[in-house]
Amino acid sequence: MSSSAITIPGVQIEDKPWVDTLHEWVTTVDHKRLGVLYILYALLFLVVAGVEALIIRIQLMFPHNHFVSPQVFNRLFTMHGTTMVFFMGMPILFGFANYLVPLMIGARDMAFPRLNAFSFWLSALGGFLFYFSLVGANGLYGAGNAPDVGWWAYAPLTARAFSAGHSTDYWALALLVSGFGSIGTAINIIATILCMRCPGMKLSRMPLLAWLNLVMSGMVLISVSPLTAAQIMLVIDRYLGGHFFDTQAGGSAMLWMHFFWIFGHPEVYILIIPCFAFMSEIIPVFSRKPIFGYPVMVAATVCIGFVSMSVWAHHMFSVGMNSYANSFFTITTMAVGVPTGIKIFNWLGTMWGGRIQFKVPMLFSIGFLFQFLIAGLTGVMLGSAAFASQLTLSYFVVAHFHYTLVGGVVFGVFAAIYYWYPKITGRMLNETLGKWHFWLFVIGFHLTFDLMHIPGLLGMPRRIYTYEPGRGWDTLNLIISIGAFIQAIAILAFVANLIISYLKGAKAGNDPWDAWTLEWSISSPPPPYNFATVPTVASRRPLWDLKHPEDPDSRYE
Amino acid sequence: MSAMANPFPEAPTTWSLPDRGKVAMAGLIIAESAIFTIFVVAYLFYVGKSLSGPTPSEVLETPILYTICLLSSSLTIHGAAKSLARDRVGAFLGLWLLTIALGGLFLYGTAQEWHRLIYKHGLTISTNLFGTTYYSLVGLHGFHVTAGLVMLLVVAIFALAGRVRMQESRRVEVLAMYWHFVDAVWVVVFTVVYVLGR
Repeated sequence: MSSSAITIPGVQIEDKPWVDTLHEWVTTVDHKRLGVLYILYALLFLVVAGVEALIIRIQLMFPHNHFVSPQVFNRLFTMHGTTMVFFMGMPILFGFANYLVPLMIGARDMAFPRLNAFSFWLSALGGFLFYFSLVGANGLYGAGNAPDVGWWAYAPLTARAFSAGHSTDYWALALLVSGFGSIGTAINIIATILCMRCPGMKLSRMPLLAWLNLVMSGMVLISVSPLTAAQIMLVIDRYLGGHFFDTQAGGSAMLWMHFFWIFGHPEVYILIIPCFAFMSEIIPVFSRKPIFGYPVMVAATVCIGFVSMSVWAHHMFSVGMNSYANSFFTITTMAVGVPTGIKIFNWLGTMWGGRIQFKVPMLFSIGFLFQFLIAGLTGVMLGSAAFASQLTLSYFVVAHFHYTLVGGVVFGVFAAIYYWYPKITGRMLNETLGKWHFWLFVIGFHLTFDLMHIPGLLGMPRRIYTYEPGRGWDTLNLIISIGAFIQAIAILAFVANLIISYLKGAKAGNDPWDAWTLEWSISSPPPPYNFATVPTVASRRPLWDLKHPEDPDSRYE
Repeated sequence: MSAMANPFPEAPTTWSLPDRGKVAMAGLIIAESAIFTIFVVAYLFYVGKSLSGPTPSEVLETPILYTICLLSSSLTIHGAAKSLARDRVGAFLGLWLLTIALGGLFLYGTAQEWHRLIYKHGLTISTNLFGTTYYSLVGLHGFHVTAGLVMLLVVAIFALAGRVRMQESRRVEVLAMYWHFVDAVWVVVFTVVYVLGR
C-alpha cells in the first residue's frame, strides 16, 4: 500500500526488511492503512466469533447434547455477541469510513490522523483485553475464565456476589476502552466531513456514504457515551463497593437495563446505517443510474438518527414498565420503520429501469434489500408490546436480530468488500469464487435464520444450552446447524478469495466499475497523498462530469 | 489520472469550512454531555432511596464561594482568549494564570468538602446510594476540572516560555470551549446536588 504513484526512472527501490514494514504499519497515521488495519482486525474477530457460533450450533444440533458444558455455553454466547457487536461490527464499519470518507470528499487524510491511530489502538486494546480474560481471569477456583453474563450483562448478575473472579471486569473494561476508541473515531469522522471537504463539495453534493457516516458518528457520540457511563458505574460497583445496581442497598436493576438499551438500540442503527451507505453507493453504480431521491435519503437517515434514540425500551416490554411507557415505545418503534421503508423504496427506485449488472457486490446488495426488509417486518412485529410479551426471550428474537445483523450488516459489509477491494489492493476479487461465496452464504443464511423463527414461535427460549427431545424443535435445530456450517464454508471461500486474489487477481486499474465518486479518480491502491492536485467538484457525481463533459450532472443539480 | 493536470472543474472562488478544532471539541462536548446526563439521571433517580444515612440534607453544605470561583473562571478564560486574539500577550498570561488559580481553588473546595464528609460524617462511596451517586457525579466533574487544569497548565508553561503568540489563539479558543463546558456542567451538578437533591 505504500507504493507511491510517482516512479522515478533509473532508481531501483530496494525491498524493505519485514521489520521496517511492520514498524510502518504499527506507527502509521495514514487513514488508508488504519482503515485496512480496522478491517483486518474485524475480519479476524469475525472468524473467531464465527467459530464460537459454530460451537453453539453443534451443542444445539441434537437434544441433550454434551458437546460443551452449560457454563462454557454461557461464556460462548457472551463472547460471540460481544465480539460481533464491538470487535467485528463497529471496527469494520469504522474501517470503511476511515478508508473511504477522506477519498470521497477529496481530502488528504482525516482531520486528526494521530487521534485516528490512537482510536484504532484503543479499540484493538479493547478486543485484546476481552480475549485476554481467557488467561487473565483464570485463577479463582470455580469462577470461570471468560465473561458469561450475556452481551447485555443485566444487573444484578454482574455484581461481585454473582460474578466472582475477574471475567466480568474484563468485559466491562474492554467495552469501556473500545468505547473511548469509538468516540474518538466518531469525532474524527465528523470533523473530517465538516471541515476537510474539497472545494465545491457542498453538503448537498457529498456522496451519500459521507452523509450516512456523518449521521452514524453523531449517533455514536450520543449513544456510546451512555454505555461508557454505565460501565464506569459498573466498575465503581465492582471495585469501590458502590451501589448503583445493588438491589440489596436500594439500587435498581432496571436502571442498568435502561442505560444499556439507551446505548443498545441506537447501536443497531450505528451498525446498519453505514451498510445503508454502502447500498447507496453500490446500487446506483450497478444499476447505471444516479441514486433516486438523494435529498430524501439524507432526510430519512437524519430522521432515523433522531427517532432511533427514543425506541430503546422496546427491549424491555416484559420487565414491567407501565402501559404508558409500553405504548410510547411501541409507537416510536413503529415510527422508525417509516424512514427505513423510504430508503428501501429509494433503492428500488434506483434499480427500477436501470441497466442492472449482476456483479458480486450487486448480488450481495440485492440480498441485503430482501433480507433487511424481512428483518424490518419481524422488527415491527416485535416492536408491538403485546406481541413482544409473547415472543420475547425466544428464538424468534434471535432469528430477528440475526436477520438484521447477518442478513443486513454482514451482507452489506461483503458487498462493500467486493466493491472496494480493487481500490484497496489494486486487484479484482475473483468473480467465480465470489459467486460461490454469495450463493452458499445465501443458502446457509436462509436455512439457519428463516427456520430459526419457527422454534421461537413454538416456544424455544433463547440462551438455553440444551433442550428436551420431542417438542418439535429437534429437526429444525438440526437444519439450523447445518445452515450454519454452509455459511462457514461460504466464509472459507471468501477468505480464500481474499488471499488468492491479493496474490493473483486481475489488475483493477483506477476505475473497474465505471463509478462516479472521487476515490475512483486515483490509482488503485491510492498513493499515500491521495490526490496529486486538490480536486474540485461541481455535482454529486464528479467522475460522471469528467467522463461526460458534453452532459455533466452539474447542469441539472 | 493523478499525474495529469487538474482534470476537475474550476474551484469556486469562496470556499471556507469550519475550524476542525472547534468542530471536534463540539463533538467531544456532545459525547461528554451524554455521559454526564446518565450520571445526573442516576443521581436524581436515587434521591431519597438510600436505605441508611447520612442523607444529603444532613451533611451537604452549599459551596457558594467555590462555585463563584469556578464560574468566574469562565469569564477570565474568555478574557484571556480575547486578549490573545488581539495580540495582548501580557494580559493573556495574567488572565490565564488567574483562571488556573480559580480552578485550583474550586478543586481545593471540593477536596475540603470530601474530607469533611469522609472524616466527620463517615460518608464514603460505599456507605449508601447517596454516597455512591454523590461521589461519582461530583467526582466525574472534578476529574474533568483536573483534566482541564492540566491542559491549562501546559499552555501556561508554553506561555511563560514565550511560545504562545497570536497565531495560537484558535487553539486556545478550543481549550476555552472545554473550560466553559466544565463550568456549564457544574451549573447542572450544583442544581441537582445542592438544590434539587436536598
